[in-house]
Amino acid sequence: MIAADSRRTSALLYLDGVHVSFDGFHAINNLSLTIAPGEMRAIIGPNGAGKTTMMDIITGKTRPDEGDVLFDGRTDLTRLDEAEIAELGIGRKFQKPTVFESQSVDDNLLLALRDDRRVNATLFWRPKASGAERIDEILETIRLKDSRHALAGSLSHGQKQWLEIGMLLAQNPKLLLVDEPVAGMTDVETHQTAELLKTINRDKTVIVVEHDMTFVRELGVKVTCLHEGSVLAEGSIDQVSENERVVEVYLGR
Amino acid sequence: MTAFPLTQKLERSATVFLAVVAAAGILLPLLNLLLPDSSPLHVPTYLISLFGKYVCYAILALSIDLVWGYCGILSLGHGAFFALGGYAMGMYLMRQIGPRGVYANPILPDFMVFLNWKSLPWYWQGFDMFWFAAIMVLLVPGLLAFCFGWLAFRSRVTGVYFSIITQAMTYALLLAFFRNDFGFGGNNGLTDFKDILGFSLQADGTRAALFAASCLALALGFLICRSVVNSKLGKVLLAIRDAESRTRFLGYRVESYKLFVFTLSACLAGVAGALYVPQVGIINPSEFAPGNSIEAVIWVAVGGRGTLIGAALGAFAVNYAKTMFTSGALAPYWLFLLGALFVFVTLLLPKGLLGTFYAWWDNRVARRGANAPSTNNAEDPAYFADDAVKPHMAE
Repeated sequence: MIAADSRRTSALLYLDGVHVSFDGFHAINNLSLTIAPGEMRAIIGPNGAGKTTMMDIITGKTRPDEGDVLFDGRTDLTRLDEAEIAELGIGRKFQKPTVFESQSVDDNLLLALRDDRRVNATLFWRPKASGAERIDEILETIRLKDSRHALAGSLSHGQKQWLEIGMLLAQNPKLLLVDEPVAGMTDVETHQTAELLKTINRDKTVIVVEHDMTFVRELGVKVTCLHEGSVLAEGSIDQVSENERVVEVYLGR
Repeated sequence: MTAFPLTQKLERSATVFLAVVAAAGILLPLLNLLLPDSSPLHVPTYLISLFGKYVCYAILALSIDLVWGYCGILSLGHGAFFALGGYAMGMYLMRQIGPRGVYANPILPDFMVFLNWKSLPWYWQGFDMFWFAAIMVLLVPGLLAFCFGWLAFRSRVTGVYFSIITQAMTYALLLAFFRNDFGFGGNNGLTDFKDILGFSLQADGTRAALFAASCLALALGFLICRSVVNSKLGKVLLAIRDAESRTRFLGYRVESYKLFVFTLSACLAGVAGALYVPQVGIINPSEFAPGNSIEAVIWVAVGGRGTLIGAALGAFAVNYAKTMFTSGALAPYWLFLLGALFVFVTLLLPKGLLGTFYAWWDNRVARRGANAPSTNNAEDPAYFADDAVKPHMAE
């Protein structure tokens, strides 16, 4: 699964000594994390451990008070805004599925498709065959081919999660940040999502935040446990779940 | 799917709307000019001017719907752009008066002579030329919207905060234009216009032509707005309206999109104001009153936001009702009625008149399709509501 370590030695995402506090509350406290190109990493941790804040930092929504956040070994993410970071190749799926509910599934993917994002280019945009093909492929991958003309708002919860993952794919990012992809999904859907993420991981780097330990186990990747804004434990799922501190603060006895 | 914006095939509702506007723009002036006063079909000139006013309001409503209905920007200051366009046209009309003013000064408008001004202020230069005034009609509201929007959208001012500062903007302009030394006629504004492009403003022919020009502007404005909302940019606008941060994380510069649509909308509002002033014969600071902008938003809400056509219809309907009510015994209660209308529409018809009609139509078509699947023609559901951008809000 983690076959890409040999591809490059430098990290795709590198966080070092990151601090963020909101009104005196240290949401992120000396967080250091390294994600290798092609890796899939699962992030676990109790509520308030800083998982979502970490995503906010990586995607430019929150600026860290101090620390380095480097992408691809050279780009300083702390200086860029959301749109620039997205253009750079970092896609994000929100905790609560967020799709454009009043538009069709097709249009949702079209909006996400990698293309010129400038105002004039969008105003005079014309459909391209390559784009339509790519949307067909993605619809196939996320199993929504039959509802392509339906309004995204009419999809089931699980389908919205998938559509949002599809939108990430359409962006064609190098790094996908996926926040709680299986929340509210049935067991079958959870299993399918694990398969889907594994497929995506064949050519993209993925960070998954998830509470569902069965799902994390099914992914079978390196796990990082966050607690109070810093890394508590890191390793295989078995190593991490045997760690006493992890058991104490998160998994419970 | 999407053809080139302005030439793309019209959906049924747009065709009907444009046909009605064109018919009104051609027939009413002809009925006014060609038929004798005694004919039952004769349209009196005062009605032409009244309807002309409504058409200008419809253009203003269109401009508000573009930003509010499609991009979720609730501007409560669009009356300011309307009034600025009106002032630009008013300045041209003032300069056309020439020596025919009370003080017979060939250059200075009466109010400047009255204030003992010796020469024309720099910002009045050039307004004796129609083309210059016409450019200013677009440029002044557009520039204000651009600067205002650039500051507001870049700082991510959204929702009710944005609405409040737009109210403050129009109120600030109201106060400024009230001042005599601001150079726009103070309290009285600009009035006593004589002619436009050499034609007397009192002549029936000029009034009919202004009405026709307003209808043409409404039709063009509609086509421009429609091509914007039907383009991919229109989809981005809806995306911003429904999930702004999602749109940002997809890599769209939300502030640029808002700025574009807000500026375009302000230019359109300016055109509406410029056509309004020669038809009502006056422009004064009361056009900047915050209440005016709010009233215009109500027209859009009543007609149905996010439908364009509904906004224009709402402007007609509410203003027709206003004319009816304020000319009778119920006049003192008009504002109560307007308020009640807004509450009623918000609670019971959140989609507005046209939005509700579209929903009813879709439903009917869907039911008919379910009852008789064999006759379900693929073209059929697209009868009224096949706008490329569905105007219907998600439930």
